[in-house]
Amino acid sequence: MSSITIFFAILFYLATLVLVGGVAYKIYRYANTPAPLKIPTMPAPLTRTGVAYRLGREVVLFESLFKSNKWTWVFGWMFHFSLLLVLLRHLRYFIHPVWEWVALIQPFGRYAAFTMIAGLLGLWARRFLVDRVRYVTTPSDHLMLALLVGIGLSGASMSFVVHTDIISLKEFALGLMAFDWQPLPEDPLLLIHLSLVALLMLVFPLSKLLHAPGVFFSPTRNQADDSRSRRHLAPWAAQLEE
Amino acid sequence: MATSNFEVPELTGCTETPRVQEGAAAGIGSFLANAPIQEALGFPGELVEDWHDRAIGKMGELLGKYRSLQVFMDACVHCGACTDKCHYFLGTGDPKNMPVARQELMRKVYRRYFTFAGKMFPSLVGAIDLTREVIDDWYKYYYQCSECRRCSVYCPYGIDTAEITMAGREILDSIGVGQKYTNEILGKVHRIGNNLGLPGPALEDTLSGLEEDVLDETGCDVKFPIDVKGAEVLLITPSADFFSEPHVESLIGYAKVFHAAGISWTLSSMASEAGNFGMFIGSYDQLRKVALRIREAALELGVKRIVVGECGHAWRVAYSFWNTLIGVGGGADDEFGRMLQKQLDGAYPQPAHICEYTYDLLQRGVIQVDKEANDHRVITFHDSCNVARGAGMGGIPGGQFSIPRALIKSVANNFHDMAAETIREGTFCCGGGGGLLTDDLMELRVKGAQPRMNALKNVVDGEGVNFMATICAICKAQFTKVLPYYGYEMGMVGGVHQLVSTAIKLKCDK
Repeated sequence: MSSITIFFAILFYLATLVLVGGVAYKIYRYANTPAPLKIPTMPAPLTRTGVAYRLGREVVLFESLFKSNKWTWVFGWMFHFSLLLVLLRHLRYFIHPVWEWVALIQPFGRYAAFTMIAGLLGLWARRFLVDRVRYVTTPSDHLMLALLVGIGLSGASMSFVVHTDIISLKEFALGLMAFDWQPLPEDPLLLIHLSLVALLMLVFPLSKLLHAPGVFFSPTRNQADDSRSRRHLAPWAAQLEE
Repeated sequence: MATSNFEVPELTGCTETPRVQEGAAAGIGSFLANAPIQEALGFPGELVEDWHDRAIGKMGELLGKYRSLQVFMDACVHCGACTDKCHYFLGTGDPKNMPVARQELMRKVYRRYFTFAGKMFPSLVGAIDLTREVIDDWYKYYYQCSECRRCSVYCPYGIDTAEITMAGREILDSIGVGQKYTNEILGKVHRIGNNLGLPGPALEDTLSGLEEDVLDETGCDVKFPIDVKGAEVLLITPSADFFSEPHVESLIGYAKVFHAAGISWTLSSMASEAGNFGMFIGSYDQLRKVALRIREAALELGVKRIVVGECGHAWRVAYSFWNTLIGVGGGADDEFGRMLQKQLDGAYPQPAHICEYTYDLLQRGVIQVDKEANDHRVITFHDSCNVARGAGMGGIPGGQFSIPRALIKSVANNFHDMAAETIREGTFCCGGGGGLLTDDLMELRVKGAQPRMNALKNVVDGEGVNFMATICAICKAQFTKVLPYYGYEMGMVGGVHQLVSTAIKLKCDK
């Protein structure tokens, strides 16, 4: 077993632990922090079902962003849905035999790399070109975009330019999951790709990437407009009545 | 034209997004509250010695008490969607008035003290220590936000800057840095019973004066009852309605509606204020304490219904918070809530907005109007931010938009909406809400009103509009002051019930 294989095996265990543990901790915190007042952004749905639709539109269509800014919406939506396709396509490296629908989306997932990179570059351009967005951009915003573009470029290069030993890679991935380590191909492009992905997993729960779970807990989006017909009381607020 | 020592924006009919001009509004600030004002609310009288630790401690406490704050601190990605949505940014060009930048004032400190990344790599993620300069910036820019929530409509995560402004003000109050205007008014409510500081006898005088005026004008003995036990309806209205112009015209309108419908109603000297500035400073305790006067009055007077007059943030507090705070509403399964809810008539929405109430009477034919009486007016409607984005009406989504408009159209013939992106949920704040309706902020108020003034100009020029109706006491007061800066008559603004008042047929007509 080469030291590179051992390094990456440990790195991915660690990254997975941080990602899952970190996000779980944040979700626990969000779920357990009370929302003492009804503050949905009106007009809001009257029922819980309506709220589910509202959140669904927000997550799938980026409804509010669409109302706000068409350029950010186009690039943002393009990036996120390409990323989704790319991620789903990558399932083939973690399951055997490959599920039929994963095989079906394979070609779309491959080309989604380009729309993903294009979306990211569009978002990045706004950080330079629009003075208002430039003003609120921090160094970490640039680094985050660089990281994602790096993942996209290294991945697309392996798909379209210099192929890596994908069979061995899949054995490595399956081995990781079965705690039966298999050698990782030591192809520089692959090692770059995997390092960047591990880094992304590590920073996820520590960064603004928390917008992903956060949107579901946003009281302005996940509350129903029923304040007159249901008494809503947080535990710490109820204590004031005793 | 009013005179000013700042440049009044020119109206072009189109509000363009300005270039970022750092520090453009840095010179605008409201007066600080003095020690007696602060101490009356239980806040320290001046900046405490250990302000740093207490501020961080307070922030930690609020992060644990408010999910909104916790999620909003984490979720922002700096996408910029909100950057051109705030009327104060559009009016001043100061980048710290962009919602995301206003939030960042707090988020930078949050990151430094509450996140791993900010503790380890502060400059990389934009985390900073809490310093006196930061406190000064908080005071300045958290009192340049009217908590209108327009940004929250456009944020992909629903981040509501109002929540962060409220938390910022609450932290500031807790270390002895308060705003004179808001905190002084809160003191008056506790001491006297309303924001204007009108004591009971003065209120009774004012009301009997109104009865005489209406009798002279209409020949009709319309009553303005106060503290009447056993009345059907308790009307809670902003105290500005008692003697400010044009507010009082709407109060006369409500009284005529009750009179024409033959419904017994009463005001309360104990609860002679619908406004609740506790919301503006984000203090749940203040919010609740102010609202409790209404619960007490309702229980004491034994009323069956509670109706709220034309006031934007009051309607948000009433519609969205009263059930939580004081049990005015339905569906309580606890003793505190049931005590009042047993008494209130569950057949009606509790509380009801006066527009809901009047429109329902019109629909059912209980009251009649002469629409032609309003023919000298060409009317538009300014959606008040707290009604539009903080409350509802009529039990239908968007009722807060359709009901006031339907009411206007049923009492008047000439109505034109302003441009679609400036009304309904996208409405622009009047520029004076959220505790900013004070003369020391006049420059901000005038500049912040620019987007609304531009939209108004279009319907004035294009449709001949000469009356802008609104259902908020702050909007009315703000526009009365600000319209002249833009070359319009202050009398152009008025209440929806001012229109009702003009058109309603009173049963005693001879």
